[in-house]
Amino acid sequence: MAAPLLLKGGRVVDPSRDLDEAADVLIQDGRIAAVGPGLGAPDGATVRDVRGTVVAPGLVDVHVHLREPGNEDEETIATGARAAVAGGFTAVCAMPNTDPVTDNQAAVGFIVRQSLRAGFARVYPIGAISVGQRGQQLAEFGEMVGAGAVAVSDDGQPVASSHLMRTALEYARTFDIPVADHCEEPSLSAGGVMHEGLVATKLGLKGIPAAAEEIMVARDILLAELTGGRLHLCHLSTRGSVELMRRAKERGLRVTAEVTPHHLSLTEAACERYDTHAKMNPPLREAADVAALRQALQEGVIDCVASDHAPHAYDEKEAAFDDAPFGIVGLETAFGVAYTELVQGGALTLPQLILRMSTVPARVFGLPGGTLQPGAPADVVALDVTAGWCVDAARFHSKSRNTPFAGRSLTGRAALTLVAGEIVHDAPAAAQA
Amino acid sequence: MTAALGKDLIGLERLSPDQIRLILDTAEPFKEVSERVIKKVPALRGKTIVNLFFESSTRTRISFEFAEKRLSADTVNVAATGSAVQKGETLVDTAKNLEAMRIDMVVIRHASSGAAQFLGDRIRSNVVNAGDGKHEHPTQALLDLLTIRDKLGRIEGVKVCLVGDILHSRVARSNIWGLTKLGAQVAVCGPHSLMPRGIADLGVTVLRRVEEAIEWADVLNVLRLQLERMEAGFIPSLREYYRVFGVTVERLAKAPRALTVMHPGPMNRGVEIDSRVADGPHSVILDQVTNGVAVRMAVLYLLAGGRPELADAAKGPAAGGTD
Repeated sequence: MAAPLLLKGGRVVDPSRDLDEAADVLIQDGRIAAVGPGLGAPDGATVRDVRGTVVAPGLVDVHVHLREPGNEDEETIATGARAAVAGGFTAVCAMPNTDPVTDNQAAVGFIVRQSLRAGFARVYPIGAISVGQRGQQLAEFGEMVGAGAVAVSDDGQPVASSHLMRTALEYARTFDIPVADHCEEPSLSAGGVMHEGLVATKLGLKGIPAAAEEIMVARDILLAELTGGRLHLCHLSTRGSVELMRRAKERGLRVTAEVTPHHLSLTEAACERYDTHAKMNPPLREAADVAALRQALQEGVIDCVASDHAPHAYDEKEAAFDDAPFGIVGLETAFGVAYTELVQGGALTLPQLILRMSTVPARVFGLPGGTLQPGAPADVVALDVTAGWCVDAARFHSKSRNTPFAGRSLTGRAALTLVAGEIVHDAPAAAQA
Repeated sequence: MTAALGKDLIGLERLSPDQIRLILDTAEPFKEVSERVIKKVPALRGKTIVNLFFESSTRTRISFEFAEKRLSADTVNVAATGSAVQKGETLVDTAKNLEAMRIDMVVIRHASSGAAQFLGDRIRSNVVNAGDGKHEHPTQALLDLLTIRDKLGRIEGVKVCLVGDILHSRVARSNIWGLTKLGAQVAVCGPHSLMPRGIADLGVTVLRRVEEAIEWADVLNVLRLQLERMEAGFIPSLREYYRVFGVTVERLAKAPRALTVMHPGPMNRGVEIDSRVADGPHSVILDQVTNGVAVRMAVLYLLAGGRPELADAAKGPAAGGTD
């Protein structure tokens, strides 16, 4: 059994208990033992000076793509989990659009075993809604949950059939898991590569209208009402989706939503000069959408931030805009972008950001973590929110480098990350190495 | 030395009004070369130009080739069919291989918007965009501008309406940039299902009916309607398109003033334009083709570092000229 660890002198922010004070955190046997000012170190304890940092529950990302199995050249569960802890995330949920698709208990079990072997962050599999993500036949939710799945999703492949989505919401109730929903009306988005607006018109690129997302947001909110199922809307990108979400919450439906750091900070203008690192789905929208998303996150209309970490090989993005794949990596920039844009930008307080990046996502997906309550697993991050840093994609732990934030100066990064009381990322030590 | 236009010609969006005027003015002396018995000047002697056509084109490719040859450049044509492209070679590899053979310029036509920019950002040679997807077709717009200036004596204040499929048209985009930069009034007219989002924000008026366009304009630039637009469901039928948007003699008869009709070709006679209009007195369609060679000579000459004030002298006599 590892020695007790005392994190001394930090500012402890634990949104699960509305705590924000100068305090120490004592970790024993992989769990939080005590939180309070002036804690003494037990015999044999390691004392770690964390003055100047914010000690918070480890960040939780409910939407990542780890590419294993199938595209291990782009990412593996091990490299993804390493990138996660470097970004301050102690738990991530892996989307099932692997090759083959994670649509059965054996595939879910493989991800669980690979993540246990890898260490670093906790990796929770999300199973597919439909077999092969083909949108026809329900996958075996029960067996997948038995093997460790925490949600179901056909992310990347919109569920075109309203009947299938209805059935998925109903059937998922048995296991009390959320259905994570990639909202896209495929006949409207077909062939589109960026937001349908002035920039697409200038660039001569086919657009994806906001309505392609909003139609499905509206449909699936209606289906959530019909079925009583738990609906989680992935990566909302439009102000119209925010309005639909607001009404759903006012009616008390079991609907939650996430937003990515890039949709909170970038607009369609990032696609100018055909930068394929600004190509993602849903696409970057307009300034008014960014403003609405920020306000919705602040008000809790959108529940949490998720990275939609989507690694792609260099060659794939080194292509004409039409030919490049959708998606960007995000695990190692998510907190820095969110802190710089939202907290320094005045949209959220730091405790609100940690609430939206840790406590709430853990709650929405029913995961341990998101709290520093004594007795909880010691998934902890010490965040440095003072020093600026420059995004250097070449130094990512992820296997992929496809980020639109390369070269950006950010504030806020993980100085120290602990999972189950073990130090899995130590920024100063890593810098010396 | 590529100061006059920069390294590449990607589109008119990024050119200044002065740069556009410079190209048009430089084209003037080159017009005469094509009227000679020996249609050749030594301006680009020793330069190697590759015409890299990933999308089929007859008119534009031939026009560039004539422009290159009349400037005495050495040219190679690469068509996507039968080339390494079909074996999966990427655009950037194709370009780098060509450059390793020490070429000076690439003229590229590609089905993807942004392909010319992509190439220009990655190779040292000058890149000329001969049409990239739905983005821009700058030399087409330049020859359209030159034709309008020839015909009406000016561009500023002229009312030009682009008619047809604006959504998918790179010709429309380049024309909008070029015309608005030179002070023309620009309108677009076509079915709303073929009208891109936010087009009015580019400084153009959107006209609903072709009759309104004819009443308003000094110049109609009639765009080709790709037949596949009907298959994709943007319009119900070519027959109805002609009935509603076709530029016909009967409609032109109601024009309140002299109207010039242009078309970038190739035409679908009886779809977007009546044959009697295409071949009639309003049409300057063949003047456009003639001007295409001169404009492309000007672009190649300027990108190669040719000094605009020497364009006249650069023409020189074909044989024994110095450069």
